[in-house]
Amino acid sequence: MLRQAEPGASLRVGKGAAAIVLPAVFRDWFGARGWQPRAHQLKLLDQVSRRRSTLLIAPTGSGKTLAGFLPSLVALSQITRPRGAGVHTLYVSPLKALAADVARNLLAPVQQMQLPIRVETRSGDTSLSRKLRQRRLPPDMLLTTPEQLTLLLSHADAPHMFRDLDTVILDELHALAPTKRGDLLALDLARLATLAPGQVRIGLSATVARPSELCAYLLPQPCGSAVSLADLVTVDGGSPPDIRMLKTEAPLPWAGHSSRYAVPEIYAAIKANTLSLIFVNTRSQAELLFQELWRVNEDALAIALHHGSLDATRRRKVETAMAAGTLKAVVATSTLDLGVDWGDVDLVINVGAPKGASRLIQRVGRANHRLDEASRALLVPSNRFEVLECRAAIDAASAGAHDTQYNRSGALDVLAQHVWGTACAGSFEPGALHAEVRSALPYAGLTRRQFDRVVDFVSTGGYALRVYERYARLRPTGDGRLRLSHPRLAQQYRMNAGTIVEAPMIKIRLVGRRRAKGGADSQSGQRPGMPRPLMGGRVLGELEESFIEQLAVGDTFAFAGEVLRFEGLQDTDAFVTRTRDPDPAIPSYAGGKFPLSTHLAERVRHMIANPRQWNALPDPVSEWLSIQAERSEIADAREVLVETFPRGQRHFLVVYPFEGRLAHQTLGMLLTRRLHRAGAKPVGFVANDYALAVWGIGDLAAMVRDGRLDITALFAEDMLGDDLDAWLAESSLMKRTFRLNAVISGLIERRHPGKAKSGRQVTISSDLIYDVLRKHDPGHILLEAAWADAATGLLDVARLGDFLKRIRGNIRYKSLDRVTPLAVPVLLEIGQELVYGSGTAEDILRAAADDLVREAMSREQG
Amino acid sequence: MLGLKPERFHLVLETVSQPVALCGKQLIADNSGALYWPGEGTLLVADLHLEKGSAFAERGTLLPPYDTRQTLMRLAEVIDRYEPARVIALGDSVHDVSAARRMATEDLQILRIMQEDREWIWLTGNHDPQIAPSLGGRALGELCIGGIALRHQPMPGCATHEIAGHLHPAARLSMYGYSIRRPCFVGNSRRLIMPAFGTFAGGLNVLDEAFEPLFGRDGIAVWMLGQEGLYPVATRFLCGD
Repeated sequence: MLRQAEPGASLRVGKGAAAIVLPAVFRDWFGARGWQPRAHQLKLLDQVSRRRSTLLIAPTGSGKTLAGFLPSLVALSQITRPRGAGVHTLYVSPLKALAADVARNLLAPVQQMQLPIRVETRSGDTSLSRKLRQRRLPPDMLLTTPEQLTLLLSHADAPHMFRDLDTVILDELHALAPTKRGDLLALDLARLATLAPGQVRIGLSATVARPSELCAYLLPQPCGSAVSLADLVTVDGGSPPDIRMLKTEAPLPWAGHSSRYAVPEIYAAIKANTLSLIFVNTRSQAELLFQELWRVNEDALAIALHHGSLDATRRRKVETAMAAGTLKAVVATSTLDLGVDWGDVDLVINVGAPKGASRLIQRVGRANHRLDEASRALLVPSNRFEVLECRAAIDAASAGAHDTQYNRSGALDVLAQHVWGTACAGSFEPGALHAEVRSALPYAGLTRRQFDRVVDFVSTGGYALRVYERYARLRPTGDGRLRLSHPRLAQQYRMNAGTIVEAPMIKIRLVGRRRAKGGADSQSGQRPGMPRPLMGGRVLGELEESFIEQLAVGDTFAFAGEVLRFEGLQDTDAFVTRTRDPDPAIPSYAGGKFPLSTHLAERVRHMIANPRQWNALPDPVSEWLSIQAERSEIADAREVLVETFPRGQRHFLVVYPFEGRLAHQTLGMLLTRRLHRAGAKPVGFVANDYALAVWGIGDLAAMVRDGRLDITALFAEDMLGDDLDAWLAESSLMKRTFRLNAVISGLIERRHPGKAKSGRQVTISSDLIYDVLRKHDPGHILLEAAWADAATGLLDVARLGDFLKRIRGNIRYKSLDRVTPLAVPVLLEIGQELVYGSGTAEDILRAAADDLVREAMSREQG
Repeated sequence: MLGLKPERFHLVLETVSQPVALCGKQLIADNSGALYWPGEGTLLVADLHLEKGSAFAERGTLLPPYDTRQTLMRLAEVIDRYEPARVIALGDSVHDVSAARRMATEDLQILRIMQEDREWIWLTGNHDPQIAPSLGGRALGELCIGGIALRHQPMPGCATHEIAGHLHPAARLSMYGYSIRRPCFVGNSRRLIMPAFGTFAGGLNVLDEAFEPLFGRDGIAVWMLGQEGLYPVATRFLCGD
C-alpha cells in the first residue's frame, strides 16, 4: 500500500533536556506541582510551532494526552480569539467515555492556570440545545468521536464551524485507523483539510508494527505514487514488562476455554497483589470465571465483573470502585483494553490465549502506569494449544514484535455514506470531491470510475436496470454540481450515519420469582408461547437477540455474575429470575472472539516444528508433542500436516493450518463441498483457531490409496472460485455482512430502538434484498462491498488464500489407524461449536416436520 | 397439542406441496406460498405487493427495482405447474394505488400473458382499494366459493369458513440451536391465512398478538415454506422475534 515513502522525520525521545521553553504560566504550573514537562511533550510543542504534523508513539502512563494538547493550550493562552471564532482544536477519540475523561483532565490545568479556553465535549448524550449552541458559538476545543464529527460535517454550517481549525488530535489512532470507523474518519479529515487547509495533525498511538501507515493516514495524500508522511516521535517504553506463564500442578486440559483448572492459582495471585485486572476473551468466559472465583472466595475478596453487555450504571460503579482502590480484582473483557485509567493495577492476568502480540502488550500496559517500573503480567492458558500460543506471545513481547494489520483499501459503503453526507452539507462538484476523497489514505487508489459508481449508487441505487432516475436523491444544479433533491433526505441521513451497526439487543430484566411464575400460570387467556405480559424489573444489561432467540422458558444461563432462569420475552425485554442452579444450561453467547493473529500463528508453527524449543514448554505439553512425533508426524513450519484416521463409525480428516477460526470455517465449508463431490460423504466439520476436522461416512484413506481422492487437488487454490461463490449464495455469514453494508451505505435504514416492533412488518429484510440482487444484479456495487468485507472479515478469505498459496506442494499427508495426539483438542470441540452446512436449514425444517408426524402417528396408535 | 382435528386437517409429508382440508374441501398448499383448489380449478395467492421497491424509492429508500419481475416470474411458474382455470389474488396485489402507473411495460405484458385463457380476479385490499384497469382482470370486494369466504382481511368471528391474507404470517423455528424464519400458512379448522407471495412483502410472526383474535386459544397449525418443500411444524418449536 505504501508505494514510495518520502520519509517523514523520525525521532526517538529519551530523557534529554528540553530545547524549547514553556511560557512562564505553564512553567509555574508544572513547578507548583513538583513536575517537569517531559521531553516528548516539549518536542510536540516544537513540532507544532513549526507546523509539522506528528505521530506520537508512547506507552500508557507517559503523559501522551497532555503532550497532544500542550501545543494548543500554549497557543490559545497567547492569543485573543474573536467571539464567534471557529473551533481551534479538535480532538477525536474512539470512545465517548475517553473523550469525557480527557475533558475532565484538561479542565483542571485550564482552570488552575486561568486560561481563557472553552473546552467542550460532544457525544450522543449531549443535549440538543448544547449541540445547537456549539454549532453557533463553537468552543475553542471540541472533544468528540468520529460519528459526531461526521454528523457535524453534514450540516451547511460546517465550513463556518471549522474555518479556524488549527490542530486536530487523534487519540488511540492504532485502534481506529484499520477499521471502517477509520475509513469514515479519514474521509472526514479530508473534508476538514478542504475547510481549513493549514491545520496540523497530531496522532497518539500505542506501539504498532508499521508506524509509517499511521504517519501516512495523518496527512492528506498527494495525487500520484508518492506518499506524504507525518513526522514520527517515539517514546521508549521504560522497563520491559515482566510476563510469565502460570505454573500449575493441575493437569492441563486438552480443549475448552474455561480455565477452571487454574482457579485456585488465579485466586492465590489475586490475594498476593493489591489490584489485579483479569482479562478474558469473551463475555461468557468472564461470566464463568467470575462465578468460579466467587465459589472459592473464602476471604470474601472484593472481586468485580466488567464487560460490554452489562448495564452502564453497573459498569460505572465498578470503574469508580477501581479508581477508589476498594477492589481487589476485576474480571474484564476488551472493554477495559483501551484508554481510560482506572486506578493502580499491579498485576494483569490474561486468562485464555492472548490471540495477538499487540493486544497482549496493550493489556499488560494496563498494569503499573509508571514508566520506570516494569508491568507485571501472568498468562493462564486454558488448554494445550494455548500454552504454545502464550509462549509465542511472551517471546514476541520480549522481542518487541507486533502484529501487522492488513492493509485495507477504504470500504465502498462508507464512501457512499460520506458522499450522501457531503451532499447534505451543500452541493458538490464530483471531480473535486473525488480529488478530496483520494487525499484520504484508505481511498488513495480509488479510480474515478469507482467513485462515479458510488455517486450513482447514492443518487439512484446504482442498479443495472435504470428506472430510478426520476427518484434520484442527487440532482445536477446546471453548473456541473450535484445537490440533494429533497431536504428530507438530510434528516434521513442523520438518523442513519455512522459505521457501527449494533446487533439488535434485548434488555435483560430481573424480576422476582413469584411475579414471573404468576405471569406464566395466569389465566389471562393467552396462547402457549405467549405468557402474560411481564413488566418492570431491574435492567442487568443487554444481550444479542440471536442469543435470546435460542432460549426456551426455563433455560438457565450465566449473566451479570449470576445464574439466571429465562422466563419470557416481551418486545425488546427478556425477563429472568435468579436461580440456585449452579451449572447454567446454556453458558455461551458469542461476542468478542478474536481470531489468532497471523504473526502469533507463525510463531506457534515454528515452535511446533522445532523440537529444541519444546524444552521451554511445560512437561505435559512437550510430552504431547513428542508422542505426536512418534505416532504421526510434526510438519515443518512451511508445511501443513493432513491426517486421516477412522474413529467410531466415522472417518476423519484433520488439517492444521493455524490460520484462525474464521478462515478454518470457510475452509471447512469448501472442503466438505469438494469431498461431497468426490463421493466421500462428509457429514460435518468443526474448527478451532489451530485446526479443522472433517468427518464422513466414506473411508477417506482408502479413497486416497486407490486414487479416487487427491489430497493436493483437494487443497487446490481454485476452491476460492466457483465453490466459494456457490456457497456464498446461501451463506448466512454473507447475509450478515451484507446487512451491515446495506445499513452503512444508506440503502436501508437502521432499526431504531422502540421503533423495532412496529417496523418489522414494514421494513424490508436485507436478506430479501441480498437474494434479489444476487439473482438480478450480480455486479451491483453493494455485493462488491460485501464481498470485500467478507474477504477480510467473517470469512477471512484473504488469509485462507494466503494459506492455500503457502502450502502448494507442501502438504504432508499421513494415513493413520487411530486418532493422533494433535487431533484431540479439535475433536473435543465437536458438539461445542455450530457446524454450518449449506443444506442445514432445510434439514432442520424437515426434522421439525418429521417430529410432528411422529407425534401425530404415535398418538393415533395410543 | 395442536388443537388439530385429524378429520379436518390431515398431514402427509410430501415434497413441494401439502394437502390441506378446509370445510371438507381438499386444497393444496404450495411451497411458493400459493394455494391450489383442485375442485374449483382455482389458484389463490395473497399479498403480491407489486412495485413495493419503487414505492420505497419514491420516498428516498432506493431498494432494488427487481421485485415486481421476480414476483411475476414466480407466479408464472406456479401457474405453469397447476394450469388453473381461475386465479384469485387476495388483495394488496399492488403496494399502492399508483403502482400500476409505475410498472414497467414488460411486467404488464407478463401479467397479460398469464391472464390469457383464464379468469382473473383481484380482490381489493387496504393497499389497493381500487384496481387500475391496466392490470386487466376483474376487481371484487370479496367472494364466497363452496362455503368458503375469500377476502383480504380476515374477519374475527366470521360465521363461515374463510381464506384470507393481509397478515403476512411468518414463523420462527428454533431447534438444535438454529433459528429459521420463514413465511408460512397458518390455520385452524375454520380459517386459513396465506403467506404473502410478494418478493419484498416480509412477514409477521404468527405468535404476534395480531393473530390472537383469529385463533384464540384453539391452537394453530403452521406450514413453513422451505426451498424444497412445505413443512408442517409443531407450535412448541416456534418462538417470537
